[in-house]
Amino acid sequence: MTNFFSNRQRIKGAAAQNLLKDIWRNRWLYIFVIPGVFYFLIFKYIPMGGVVIAFKDYTPFLGIVESQWVGWKHFERLFQNNDFVMLFRNTILISLYKLLFYFPVPIILALMLNEVRLKVFKRFVQTVIYIPHFFSWVVVAGITYVLLTTEGGIVNEFITWAGGEKINFLGQNAWIRTLLTLQTIWREAGWGTILYLAAMSAVDPQLYEAAKIDGAGRFRQMWNVTLPCIRSTIVILLILQIGNFMDLGFEQIYNMINAGNKDYGNVFDTYVYTIGIKEGQFSYSTAIGLFKSVIGLILVLGSNYLARRSGEEGIF
Amino acid sequence: MRKSGLADRSFDTINVLLLIVISLICILPFLQIVAGSFATQQELMEKKFVLIPEVYSLDAYRFIFSDITIPKSMMISVFITVCGTIINLVLTSITAFALARRGLRGRRFIMFLIVFTLLFDGGMIPAYLVVKELGLINTYWAVMIPNAISAFNLILMRNFFMSLPEELFESAKIDGCNDLKTFIQIVIPLSMASMATFMLFYAVNHWNNFMMPFLYLNSPDMWPVQIWLRQIIIMATADFGDFGASIEIPSQSLRMATIVVATLPILLVYPFIQKHFVKGVMIGSVKG
Repeated sequence: MTNFFSNRQRIKGAAAQNLLKDIWRNRWLYIFVIPGVFYFLIFKYIPMGGVVIAFKDYTPFLGIVESQWVGWKHFERLFQNNDFVMLFRNTILISLYKLLFYFPVPIILALMLNEVRLKVFKRFVQTVIYIPHFFSWVVVAGITYVLLTTEGGIVNEFITWAGGEKINFLGQNAWIRTLLTLQTIWREAGWGTILYLAAMSAVDPQLYEAAKIDGAGRFRQMWNVTLPCIRSTIVILLILQIGNFMDLGFEQIYNMINAGNKDYGNVFDTYVYTIGIKEGQFSYSTAIGLFKSVIGLILVLGSNYLARRSGEEGIF
Repeated sequence: MRKSGLADRSFDTINVLLLIVISLICILPFLQIVAGSFATQQELMEKKFVLIPEVYSLDAYRFIFSDITIPKSMMISVFITVCGTIINLVLTSITAFALARRGLRGRRFIMFLIVFTLLFDGGMIPAYLVVKELGLINTYWAVMIPNAISAFNLILMRNFFMSLPEELFESAKIDGCNDLKTFIQIVIPLSMASMATFMLFYAVNHWNNFMMPFLYLNSPDMWPVQIWLRQIIIMATADFGDFGASIEIPSQSLRMATIVVATLPILLVYPFIQKHFVKGVMIGSVKG
């Protein structure tokens, strides 16, 4: 029987047969993976391809393929627009505020929780500080409005009671960035402790014993034992945070900005919504979105590269 | 020795006190809203800060439920949450399972494709155009399908499936199970705890989602409760002038009651799921 085939053909045929056999044997895995692959292709990769309309004059009538190519026109318009400076400044400032004022909070909170000896109390505090994470941004905005409004909001009532003037927190440029940062801290800081606490629970207790014998107090132990041990977790979360630098979240900001504070609060996401969905300038707003995504990609790859170079693991 | 004991004790005391203050900061704003929603308008006007109302009043709730709008929107939210979560769980788990098994060819490549979506996305407008081209605008599919799988959850779930011992799959195979049977009869029961966590995360996301219905559901008849919440609380605020003057400004207690109603389901399930999710967050993210 072997004489009928050359060796190579036989191997090829057998390999093909093996492949088919293999696929048949694992057919459920292929069936399982197909819907997911289609999901990512349709809802993630087609939109990635869809960014070509940033280089075209997209009209719904002609569709993506037929619309005219216009090169960098929309980007030129964006970079010459005064709004661009405003959006860029707002995005960077709000992100920086979050990096500076939000990022360290979960670490500090986790360090504090880690020092609690009474298990019941620790669990109680955890239960309470996780709750805000489960409120939607609309609810968070709602709570902010109810508390800060000049019409009977408790904060302003307190200010007038203490002899001060009412402050229009909600409709004023001066307050929007602070409010957004405080909202983020209030909603996410407790939740953010989970990963740090997990990392801390993995620290070898002998290290604390050794530090104690060397005469280290509680602060010293935190600084010289706990923090170095959770460094890789901190670095990973920092990379993720920097990777999200341009993604401030549409929901939070859209629910907080209004005519009075949009000069300081408008960011790329909210602007894209207004220009694109509301005004129907699809190509121009896609160009803005693409600019944002590219900067985001560079930031996450860059911070990951830096983390790896400084001897940390990085996320990929 | 005694000195360090004293330092230790004062450290503990300050730490505990600070944590109590932080806990209060986390919960007081919301408690004030809950209390305020039960207070009368008059008491709110007079006292401002109400943690225990003197006179309980259900007026705000009566007002909310006297009209069909909010109850209906809650039913819609429940519908979106239940159906959306089922879609999420089924799709995420079968994809994660297939990608966790060695038998699947090209799984490294597919994983790369999935991880890449975490790094780069086309943005709001191209995604909107895809949903529009598929004819999903003004259908509930539009708020469920574009979020059908979270790449992040998928990766976590795959890590979890990969941590199951290989012998499990081998012995299942020897007993004559194909992968479908193995998945349903062995893997699912083993991963109930982590499934429950993912279910919670997905469900909370659906319940709280504002952007998707805001983008894709144009008809107020179809709006879930989060959008109405925005209409009542934010659009009707009179602090600034550019929004619809035609909307009547609701009383403080009505706003508060709407917030409570919109968070009610989460507050109801929170105590039951609380003990599970900490484990869930750490599945696959921290080893050992």
